[in-house]
Amino acid sequence: MNTTDVRFSATRRLILQGAGAVALVGLGNLPFGLTPALAAANDKYPEEAFKQKSDADVIKTLYGKTAEPSDKVKMDAPEIAENGAVVPISVSTTLADVTSIAFLVSENPNVLIAKYNIPAGTLPNVANRIKMAKTSNVTVLVEAGGKLYSASKEVKVTVGGCGG
Amino acid sequence: MASTIRVRASSNGDITEVQALIQHPMDSGFVKNAKGETIPAHFIQQLTFEHDGKNVFTADWGGGISKDPYVKFAFKGAKKGDELKISWVDNKGATDTTTAKIQ
Repeated sequence: MNTTDVRFSATRRLILQGAGAVALVGLGNLPFGLTPALAAANDKYPEEAFKQKSDADVIKTLYGKTAEPSDKVKMDAPEIAENGAVVPISVSTTLADVTSIAFLVSENPNVLIAKYNIPAGTLPNVANRIKMAKTSNVTVLVEAGGKLYSASKEVKVTVGGCGG
Repeated sequence: MASTIRVRASSNGDITEVQALIQHPMDSGFVKNAKGETIPAHFIQQLTFEHDGKNVFTADWGGGISKDPYVKFAFKGAKKGDELKISWVDNKGATDTTTAKIQ
């Protein structure tokens, strides 16, 4: 009697899991249709910028203007990163009307790491974890009120996280 | 399959702090395997967060983001119990979506 019960509940669980999976797939399909359309309208993925090999080229491709160093851009990065595969870096700023924040690592094969689009109502604070091939300058770009500001810091890397 | 996205969104007054952790190899296309073959690029390109049908945060990523990426940000205008929709798409066209309740 007990075994039947167990078997029954196991089958029931399987069926429920199946239903869950179907529901997930259903949910997954809907946004798949919607999100790229939305993204394309608002902020297209900057494919070209991610291929650039120098800070200057990234800034030119991404923004088409020059960045001005600002002490209102605060970057929190380690002095020494023991593992270049995972370097925690965060940025915050007191600048108003921030529309985007980008992270650049000068010595990486592709300099641009990430660009974050900040709509009105979202705070200009972002934390993420990046890969660094070797010791390099890390630059943060903050686009605010149509202008571009930056902050840089050298992060020493003991073991590189890009070349393997 | 379980979702690749883990999210914690916590409301603190007017500000909602969001932390997301995603399971993804984030291969840059520059790393070689043990046989000396290049591991092809495979990374998330875009990650979006929506609240109430409105985009609150978009991440454009390259292969320089660490494996199993983590991101943290905060936004205004949401309250406890609201839903946050998170989706990503990678360079091979794979995608995943989840929703999280703001706590």
